[in-house]
Amino acid sequence: MVSLINEAFKKARNANRPALLTYTVAGDNTKKKSLDILKSISAHADICELGFPHNTPIADGGQIQTSAYRAIKNGIKINDVFAIAKAFKLSKKTTPIILMGYYNMIYQYNENKFLKKCKNSKIDGLIVVDLPYPENKSFSKKCKKKSINFVQLVSPTTSDIRLKRIIRDSHDMIYYISMLSTTGGKLKVSSKKILENYFKIKNQKKSKNVVIGFGITEKTIKSLKKADGLVVGSAICKEISRSIKKRQNAVTNVTNVVKRLKNKIK
Amino acid sequence: MKLKKGIPLIDQHDQFGFWGGKFGGSFIPETLKKPVEDLTEEFKKLRKDKKFIKKRDHYFKNYIGSPTSFVKLENLSSYLGGAQIWAKVVSEANGGAHKIYNATVHALLCKAMGKKYIVGDTGAGYAGKMLSMAAKKFGLKCKIFMGAKDIKRQKPNCDAMKKNGAEIVPVYSGSQTLVDAVSECMRYWVSNCDNTHMCVGSTVGPNIFVKICGWSTAQISRELKAQLKSEFKKIPKKIKLINCVGGGSSAYGFWSEFIDFNKKQIELIGVEAGGPKKSKLHAAPLSRNAKIGVLHGAASYVCQDNEGQINETESISAGLDYPGVSPIHCFLKDTKRARYTYATDEEALNAHVMITKFENLNPSLEPSHAFAEAIKIAPKLSKDTIIIVNSCGDAKKDKDILRERLGKN
Ligand SMILES: Cc1ncc(COP(=O)(O)O)c(C=O)c1O
Repeated sequence: MVSLINEAFKKARNANRPALLTYTVAGDNTKKKSLDILKSISAHADICELGFPHNTPIADGGQIQTSAYRAIKNGIKINDVFAIAKAFKLSKKTTPIILMGYYNMIYQYNENKFLKKCKNSKIDGLIVVDLPYPENKSFSKKCKKKSINFVQLVSPTTSDIRLKRIIRDSHDMIYYISMLSTTGGKLKVSSKKILENYFKIKNQKKSKNVVIGFGITEKTIKSLKKADGLVVGSAICKEISRSIKKRQNAVTNVTNVVKRLKNKIK
Repeated sequence: MKLKKGIPLIDQHDQFGFWGGKFGGSFIPETLKKPVEDLTEEFKKLRKDKKFIKKRDHYFKNYIGSPTSFVKLENLSSYLGGAQIWAKVVSEANGGAHKIYNATVHALLCKAMGKKYIVGDTGAGYAGKMLSMAAKKFGLKCKIFMGAKDIKRQKPNCDAMKKNGAEIVPVYSGSQTLVDAVSECMRYWVSNCDNTHMCVGSTVGPNIFVKICGWSTAQISRELKAQLKSEFKKIPKKIKLINCVGGGSSAYGFWSEFIDFNKKQIELIGVEAGGPKKSKLHAAPLSRNAKIGVLHGAASYVCQDNEGQINETESISAGLDYPGVSPIHCFLKDTKRARYTYATDEEALNAHVMITKFENLNPSLEPSHAFAEAIKIAPKLSKDTIIIVNSCGDAKKDKDILRERLGKN
């Protein structure tokens, strides 16, 4: 079975640029609006990450927390998240979608049922923020069986021996966390240093697609364009918050942000 | 699922950190793996290090003021009839609560690891106050995360933190209580774990924090065991150890030496926060049968909805106002070694009134929950039954709430 995630990276590589990955929260600020945003930004994004919001997100900064709380307040349920993903994939068959969230929601839903539902909604990958390696071994195996990419996270604190093992057990994509931070922090490490760490990972196994995330904005994205892929989340969530506050069209505004991000790495 | 004898409960977990195969663990972001592993190694080494133990005991004795007294509540016992009621007055410890044990040990660990900054969460403000005290004593810079609602209702402890030079970071998300403070503290640690040590204020959080905290508060039951022997010549035949349970650090500390005893001889009773009588909200995951979930890096019984969103809680006692509970208490519940129940806000208030009327004791709202259970069961029990309540906090911090609810100072 072809991995749409691999294909997306291949396509970007052929165009001589990193893949652009966006992160938005399902149901932010309504189910319909978040689907509209997804559809619209996927004209420019290569891979869409979709957060299933949790009300106790221990690794998220202010911007993503705000989006998550807003979505929950508006009544988003996990089945709505699947419905949004499914509707998105109906219209954008080849754009990969990666669900991202916290383990308790998967645990309550039941791992197997959750994966079945993912499969049914044509989800391509999963990121579980608080299920680190090696605790995630059994779950990531289950994902693999269903041809769903389990995305391993690596951070500046990851030891060399852990890194080796994580890479060995990883699927198509590895997510490098740029710095010690929650999401949405200001980039406090130089791009040079980040890329140095990035290549330490990348050079261990060239076939893996390694993306960088956390702290990437319109200002910083260009400096990291040597990576296989770059993830922008908080900057997008922030734009949604801003648009709501100013009573402007979030779909248009967010799409413009993503378009500009893309132009910076072309 | 079975308890082992002769091994401290804090060490009865598997290689992934689970007690009973399903409670605890370390559900943490990748960034925290390394600092958690470092801390685990350091703790493993230091708890076997005679010099470190000597240091700990020195500070427990000379700084915290061990042992705290063990007293019979004569007036209350004769008023209620039935069982004898005793109290272990842990609120005599420096600072006014058991939180000083964990705070002191964390400050020592922080120093040993060469870190200059220490951060912690707090609900009732005792964990924060004690950490600020220990930080000051050991020359560490201290930040305390506290829900905005708790900052308002536990002002005396906030004043103490500030006096000790700690920075209080107010947390405005969610219910603005302990659960949000812990989340924000963990976020801060994710961002600053290279130079900052984190103290979790109770036996909750990733596995290692449960262990360190339990290891620290265990001092309470070591003292009690000696006090029981000197008071009664030997450990009496019928004992009930009653303790309030928020995260469960005072309860574990109060019980740890007695877990191996037969429960017919020593019954362990944990009392959670039932919340206002008329409210649907509570903070009693064990006694009101919450489902297992993952909160703050560990699996435990958690007040949550079907989807896994954490519920808001409500309790007059900021220290107990938390949706999760220690994995070791989940283990004690499922192995039936301990029994868990709850007291409502009103019952805790009434207990506080009764204790202060009859005895020269001023338990804060947290242990007042435990006293409520003692008052409830004592009259039905025989004279040779010894009820012991851990009076683990002083009510000075609750003066505003008590004035509002009881009209007293
Ligand atoms: C006096 C007192 N008792 C009890 C608690 C509850 O915590 P734990 O169950 O960990 O003892 C607190 C927490 O702040 C407290 O301050």
